[in-house]
Amino acid sequence: MKMSPDFHWDTLARNTATRLKRGASHANGKVVAAENIAALLHAVIESGDRVCVEGNNQKHADFLASALSKMDANLVHDLHIIQSNLALASHLDVFERGVASRLDFCYSGDQGVRLARLIKAGKINVGAIHTYLELYGRYFMDLTPRVSLIAAQSADANGNLYTGPNTEDTPAVAEGTAFKNGIIIAQVNEIVDTVPRVDVPGDWVSYVVQAPKPHYIEPIFTRDPAQITETQILMAMMVIKGLYAPYQVTRLNHGIGFDTAAIELILPTYAESLGLRGKICNYMTVNPCPTLIPAIESGFVKGIHCAGSELGMEEYVRARPDVFFNGPDGSMRSNRVFCQIAGHYSDLFIGSTLQVDTQGNSSTATLNRITGFGGAPNFGSESRARRHVSYPWLKAGEESAQATGSTMPRGRKLVVQMVESFREKMSPTFTEKLDAWQLMEDLSLELPPVMVYGDDVTQIVTEEGIAHLHKCSNPQEREQAVRGVAGFTAVGLKRDQRAVDNLRDRGVIQRPEDIGVDVSLATRDLLAAKSMKDLVRWSGNLYQPPNRFRNW
Amino acid sequence: MSGAHKSFLERTARQRIADLLDADSFMEFLPPSERHFSPHLPVLGQPVAFDDGIVIGDGFLAGAKVLIAAQEPAFMGGSVGEIHGAKLTGLLERAVQQRPAAVLLLLDTGGVRLHEANAGLIAISEIQRAVFDVRQAGIPVIVLIGGSNGCYGGIGIVAKCCDHMIISEEGRLSVSGPEVIEAAKGVEEFDARDRALVWRTMGGKHRYLMGDADLIVPDDVNAFRDAAISLLGASRPLTLESVMQEHAALQDRMQRFSDCADATQIWQALGVADAKNVPLAEIPEFLEMSAHVRREEHA
Amino acid sequence: MQTLEFEVGPCANPDRSIGSGLVGVVGSGNLEVLFEPADLNDKVKFVIATSVHGFDETWHAVTRSCAERYRLANLVITINDAGATPAVVSLRLMQAVEEFRGGL
Repeated sequence: MKMSPDFHWDTLARNTATRLKRGASHANGKVVAAENIAALLHAVIESGDRVCVEGNNQKHADFLASALSKMDANLVHDLHIIQSNLALASHLDVFERGVASRLDFCYSGDQGVRLARLIKAGKINVGAIHTYLELYGRYFMDLTPRVSLIAAQSADANGNLYTGPNTEDTPAVAEGTAFKNGIIIAQVNEIVDTVPRVDVPGDWVSYVVQAPKPHYIEPIFTRDPAQITETQILMAMMVIKGLYAPYQVTRLNHGIGFDTAAIELILPTYAESLGLRGKICNYMTVNPCPTLIPAIESGFVKGIHCAGSELGMEEYVRARPDVFFNGPDGSMRSNRVFCQIAGHYSDLFIGSTLQVDTQGNSSTATLNRITGFGGAPNFGSESRARRHVSYPWLKAGEESAQATGSTMPRGRKLVVQMVESFREKMSPTFTEKLDAWQLMEDLSLELPPVMVYGDDVTQIVTEEGIAHLHKCSNPQEREQAVRGVAGFTAVGLKRDQRAVDNLRDRGVIQRPEDIGVDVSLATRDLLAAKSMKDLVRWSGNLYQPPNRFRNW
Repeated sequence: MSGAHKSFLERTARQRIADLLDADSFMEFLPPSERHFSPHLPVLGQPVAFDDGIVIGDGFLAGAKVLIAAQEPAFMGGSVGEIHGAKLTGLLERAVQQRPAAVLLLLDTGGVRLHEANAGLIAISEIQRAVFDVRQAGIPVIVLIGGSNGCYGGIGIVAKCCDHMIISEEGRLSVSGPEVIEAAKGVEEFDARDRALVWRTMGGKHRYLMGDADLIVPDDVNAFRDAAISLLGASRPLTLESVMQEHAALQDRMQRFSDCADATQIWQALGVADAKNVPLAEIPEFLEMSAHVRREEHA
Repeated sequence: MQTLEFEVGPCANPDRSIGSGLVGVVGSGNLEVLFEPADLNDKVKFVIATSVHGFDETWHAVTRSCAERYRLANLVITINDAGATPAVVSLRLMQAVEEFRGGL
């Protein structure tokens, strides 16, 4: 039955026009003075709106987030926040003060404890916790923003935005909002005559405001080589000799951490000595971590696409346009969504985690806090939609099929978890039951929040060796494989020694000596750079570490 | 790129001694097997070290007999406890008897060990007294600073009681530490997390430009070794005149630079070209930049 | 502080060349290990002082594993520990064996 002829098909456009009319008196064309921001927000936001506050991993529209949280809840309330990262206090103030009531998000890091408290107190009604690709996917389905508050480096009077190296999620947010008649308000560090390049076209942008202070960007991908331990170097050697080399891994994603930093820093030394330059780690999806500099400079890494930038790396990246994705203006453009897609369909993911159970399920969930997933599961998961072939994908797929007796051959992505059996303060990584189960009960979640499912994991690497879970035929074997590398934790001590020996004979478990890794070489002398200063030298003084990382 | 040079900063006290002295020439006094450890730490639930965080002994440097002490930076921040302090004092007293070519002190410490505060403070004064006895005997006491703790507190004072100082760019010398200054004076006055500021204020290059350090070397054990060899036999007079001269120089420094808010301004006032880039210059370039300052100010 | 004292062995086919010495430093997450030869009927005596309580079983398992792997005998091995993980303990014991092997 067709809709009546009077039915309006353009309600959003009409409504947007009304809002912009209300907003006109608070702006000069598109440009809004900082002191008028409260008035503008009250003019263009309506109760019940879906609002995105940018909310990236590193970049935050802090001025706009603060203004939103201070709105009059009598006038504007029950906003539905759809935001990837909750990082600032104002991101939760908006709920505490009754301006917003519903939330769909991905990650809450430092705000995890307060978030859990507000959910328990009934101040926040959570729709679902997503990964980045899922949430941005829903921007184009059932969670399209009505209003988006975004952050950019600079704008011109027409609303053209330059987001530069820290572009991150902005293109996804902007497109989803602009093409459903949504309203985009951008805070910028400066308004200029001409932007260096157009990252978001002015046609999409309704308002631009110069924030009183530049938006703050946290350097979360910088790892000081001085803190890398011998144990991490040992594991890194095993990863290179036991995984990257035999599987010929040329395209991969490194999760952030000191463990992966150790791998990056021994490429020019250990991997070089094994003749692996040009054969492994050619293409990476990862932020521009300073610890990658030696590997780039010595010709290992040829191409890197980044989800975001990293403070202090701007000039180095600018000087390496063949390696990074730099625009015609010379500066990098990161893009979280494309980086995640590239990483998802690459041949290997490797990262660390806080807890692993006996089936290889892992979680960073700890009690009394909700942190969410971020983008880790997008990288750390099997990519079942993949069809294009590569050597590692086919090899892992073959090994998997042999173990399960499957009759339909297919490839398999290498998903690797790299952990020490004990973390700081002798806290065991391996556990019989993840804390995630308790969290599920405490906070009435439908599922325990698992970051990487054991089914997706192909290898677990610890200081004790490598367990190839994808070569296990059944859950019992998988359990012994996990226990067989769980070291001296309670989980490890419970191993069935005969079963573990058998797995070792079959190559399902490999010890360092089985891989040909000499433990006595696992010293800091193997690091191509041992200090921040060494990284600066490797970069030809182009890398400028933030002050907190310097010791000169 | 790296690996060719041997980082002084990275090494333990034992490794520093082994790499600094002539091969296999080191003989340890009061070795760990004798178990002279702190009587105070176990009561406080802290683990002990069998050398109480300082390694002492004798050996040869380019064929010359030397006595040597090295503080272990990883143990309790290199701090001075009762045994630690007594070992250092004893070494200095031994020097007066043995008459080596020099005493080498590899200092890497935050100062007094708070867990043993009284004993540590007493030790500082005993160490100072012993240093002066060694210098009176005409034996040079040479300080080497290049570790992650820097040289702070009472030991910072001890360092300036000695004949000579060799420092690396990564090394630091002061009395109060950055966190203490921030706590006492506020973060606007001194932001301890601004490590570039910390090194401008207390680091090796500034100390060298101010004349507090005699030699500056890159973070390389061999460079420290060569610098120490060059100072063998070069004792500084310990007289009333020399002390008065130093007081006059310090007073002059106060007057000249009292308006400077930051070390960069001091370096500019000293006539260092391109003062802003001092922290970024490698040691050979830095030595060129500072050559005329050293000539004119600290001949 | 917790102190553990126990013997491991005797070792059937011992390495009799391992001499005395010290490796490691007592920094946070680290340990020092002192090897001293003694006549113990091919057994090894471990004396461990640690700032982290309640890991007796772990210490027994790690030390026994290392003693077996390196065929240790007639040694008093004294450890001052500041919260090192088994990974670090194993590494340090391995370094001690490599350094002091041939010392007797």
